[in-house]
Amino acid sequence: MQRFSGLSLIRRGLTGQRGWQPQWRQAEPKAAYDAIIVGGGGHGLGAAFYLAKEHGLTRVAVLEKGWIGGGNTGRNTTIIRSNYLFDESAALYDHSVQLWESLSQVLNYNVMFSQRGVMMLAHTVHDVQVSQRHVHANRANGVDNEWLTPEEARARCPLLKIDDIRYPVLGAAFQRRGGTARHDAVAWGFARAADALGVDIIENCEVLGIERDAGGAACAVNTTRGVIRAPKIGVSAAGHSSVIMRMAGVDLPIESYPLQALVSEPVKSIFPCVVMSNTIHAYISQSDKGEMVIGAGTDAYTSYTQRGGLHISRHALEAICELFPTLRRLRMLRCWGGIVDVTPDRSPIIAKTPVPGLYVNCGWGTGGFKATPGAAHLLAWTIAHDAPHPINAPFTIERFRDGNLIDEAAAAAVAH
Amino acid sequence: MLLINCPYCGERPELEFVHGGQAHIARPGNPAECSDQQWAEYLYRRDNIKGVHAERWRHVHGCGRFFNALRDTTSDQFLATYKVGEQPPAQPRKATA
Ligand SMILES: Cc1cc2nc3c(=O)[nH]c(=O)nc-3n(C[C@H](O)[C@H](O)[C@H](O)COP(=O)(O)OP(=O)(O)OC[C@H]3O[C@@H](n4cnc5c(N)ncnc54)[C@H](O)[C@@H]3O)c2cc1C
Ligand SMILES: [Zn+2]
Repeated sequence: MQRFSGLSLIRRGLTGQRGWQPQWRQAEPKAAYDAIIVGGGGHGLGAAFYLAKEHGLTRVAVLEKGWIGGGNTGRNTTIIRSNYLFDESAALYDHSVQLWESLSQVLNYNVMFSQRGVMMLAHTVHDVQVSQRHVHANRANGVDNEWLTPEEARARCPLLKIDDIRYPVLGAAFQRRGGTARHDAVAWGFARAADALGVDIIENCEVLGIERDAGGAACAVNTTRGVIRAPKIGVSAAGHSSVIMRMAGVDLPIESYPLQALVSEPVKSIFPCVVMSNTIHAYISQSDKGEMVIGAGTDAYTSYTQRGGLHISRHALEAICELFPTLRRLRMLRCWGGIVDVTPDRSPIIAKTPVPGLYVNCGWGTGGFKATPGAAHLLAWTIAHDAPHPINAPFTIERFRDGNLIDEAAAAAVAH
Repeated sequence: MLLINCPYCGERPELEFVHGGQAHIARPGNPAECSDQQWAEYLYRRDNIKGVHAERWRHVHGCGRFFNALRDTTSDQFLATYKVGEQPPAQPRKATA
């Protein structure tokens, strides 16, 4: 692997940018591997990287039906935070934030992780109570989060209008360690680092079926590029998790919905942190290119179309215009949708499945980008040990049967 | 926004409706006799079909009634809507334009 450094950038800059090598190989599928990961998003690529780096499995393939990072990894609004209510969630998401903090160094790839802080607004008495409960629960779990008065919130984000609006701002929870990262760089950084350790990244390779041996264990996948065998198969396919797991006869408590985002024309740096509002449903940050990145809600119905209704994004824009009147004259450049895999309790599943040799990481719904390194790390662990890590042990499929829900939905944490 | 053909009122914009999830899921007659697995399947397991999906809608800002629909989740096109209690049409016909 060609390592990146300040010096290498300067040298290539002075020599016409010649001599850069492709960052990963165009691998051809082999007949067999030690482990296969289905889905070349950040989670899948990361899992392959950690399998190779931490568990010594280097005969690993990532199978992606399109191009890597073309799913939700490349479609999300990149908000990263770990201020979830329940102990299990706080441990899970903070594990991820801790990995983000060193990820650029570990991958030798700038994922542009920016801990600019995430501000979550409260607009009603109920919001205030719920948010303060989150602040206290987070601090008890060693996760930073603090309460801001409306004036403190505005001082931190001067464009924010706190009064004379339909839902005045009554305060905000603020997690300083939260922020954003560059979505594509996360996919590419993991792909490059995994490739350097021998992982085959195979694009345009759609999994069509999962084969099971006489004992019922998963043993191979049927793909558009032939049958590929492996004793361990990890599925990390976001919106398509139900479709793929059904190939092995595993039913999931998941529904797939469209979720949209949009970006404005780029402007100078005007927005210092991430701001989210659950009550009037909008969230916003500014990318390093200067675009305002705005997240909308999910559509009401399940779908695989990767597009949502116009009234959904319009609703988000109305909330943004109300909270940040300065932004009213901005033009929107692009909007798009992704398909998100939603569980009944809005917590993910990272687990073994009833099929031996088959593992799943799914159910991240509207909020799994923040978890990319954490989920990848824990999926790799679960595959390598054929047992969950203590952090992901509660996040099973069986929790829905056993009544051990991790109900972040009811905890009224914001969706993303 | 979708155009949805309420079997009672005709075509109306999606904003008049709420989605009611997968159709034809019967509540177990006697929950006390269900195993945990059966009850969990009733509560949480969904087909999440990529293709033709039978689902409930409710025309909240219209007649207020529930009805069922067949919709292709790869295109969001409605193939048919039908009344509660009816079986899904075997040969989904295209919704009249
Ligand atoms: C608009 C939007 C905004 C969001 N905002 C945020 C946010 O601010 N913060 C946050 O934390 N999360 C956010 N999310 C959620 C986040 O994007 C996802 O939870 C996360 O990126 C999932 O990562 P992944 O790697 O599992 O999935 P993906 O990147 O979707 O990767 C799954 C891959 O599987 C591939 N695949 C599917 N079927 C097959 C098959 N049969 N064979 C082979 N490959 C297959 C797909 O092509 C895809 O590339 C948002 C999502 C959307 C859509
Ligand atoms: Zn009606």
